[in-house]
Amino acid sequence: MSFPVRQIRNGDFRTAAKLITAIERGDPSAVPILKALTPYTGRAQVIGITGPVGAGKSSLINDLTTGYRRLRRHVGILAVDPTSPVTGGAILGDRIRMRDHLTDPGVFIRSLAARGAPGGLPVLVLAEALHVLDALGMDVIFIETIGIGQDQTAVASIARTTAVVVNPTLGDEVQLLKAGFMEIADIFVVNKADLPGADRMALQLADLSDAVNPVPVFKTSSLKHEGLDELIKGLSDIGKRTRR
Amino acid sequence: MTRQTKQSPRPLHRPRVLIAKIGLDGHDRGVKIVARALRDAGVEVIYMGLHNTPEEIVQSAVQEDVDAIGLSILSAAHRTLFKEVMRLLKKQRADDIAVFGGGVIPNEDIPGLKRLGVRAVFTPGTPMEAIVMFVKEGLKSKG
Repeated sequence: MSFPVRQIRNGDFRTAAKLITAIERGDPSAVPILKALTPYTGRAQVIGITGPVGAGKSSLINDLTTGYRRLRRHVGILAVDPTSPVTGGAILGDRIRMRDHLTDPGVFIRSLAARGAPGGLPVLVLAEALHVLDALGMDVIFIETIGIGQDQTAVASIARTTAVVVNPTLGDEVQLLKAGFMEIADIFVVNKADLPGADRMALQLADLSDAVNPVPVFKTSSLKHEGLDELIKGLSDIGKRTRR
Repeated sequence: MTRQTKQSPRPLHRPRVLIAKIGLDGHDRGVKIVARALRDAGVEVIYMGLHNTPEEIVQSAVQEDVDAIGLSILSAAHRTLFKEVMRLLKKQRADDIAVFGGGVIPNEDIPGLKRLGVRAVFTPGTPMEAIVMFVKEGLKSKG
């Protein structure tokens, strides 16, 4: 077993972080390490968290992480934010919402810039970074997408479970009928459920799903810390029966 | 597994810099301007906002594998807090990460901070270009 592989198997965050950098750079030295890690992967539950700008994705992940840590699960988070189309720079600000876990040795958080990837989701980088966090021993791995518009659906191709997070103010039923990201949900979350209109939004979302493949709907409030235990249970139930 | 290298023939690395306020001071106007200027210079900025502890900063820097940490402080606790950041970086074997600072820091304190290993200190009145140049050029020697 090569040194980096052993380090990652021992849970060394620094080695894992450097390997993710190598993956982002397209550095060929990452390839043999990734291959050698393969036998130690396939255990993690991968959950995509997607939804419009400001839906509360990062805050929801912060709260879900608290819940999973109570269950003694190790949690990995890959949080994508947009890259400037003008300068190539980026502000990666998801950590600000994840303050409760910055020094927890059971939580690994990595911010990634979209770097011009189609739909704002660097799918290849994420797939390999997932591999690293899986081998690092993370039981649950969240992929947080950039704030999405209507047709960005790539996260469903790499996450086993996709949670679509919306707010009570998303719009009327016609918005929900439109094709696009509403169709990739394995689970719907009405976040900021402390705002008016949450019950109505939850009912409208429930109406979307058919009897054969019902998509469960959960209401959460990061402000009031409500609905999280139920959502974690829902994610666990759905993890058992979804694809891949 | 398809490799990124197939898409981009030469390895791409944008500087990654963690920018944070450390300690209890709540003045984040300046640090936001620095974060924005670095973004506009093509840097990937991991922005951590207010009220971070040395431990939070160092753990985040390790997980984010940044090239540098930039800390803003206007509360006069710079000696204690920078010292702790440097100590924790060493402890994590991450002291190859460059540390720089800015804010209201008296000139006479700067040599002491440099002795701790702080690479640069930018006081009020520093042209934004100087900070951008430090991040884009000054870090290159690190490799």
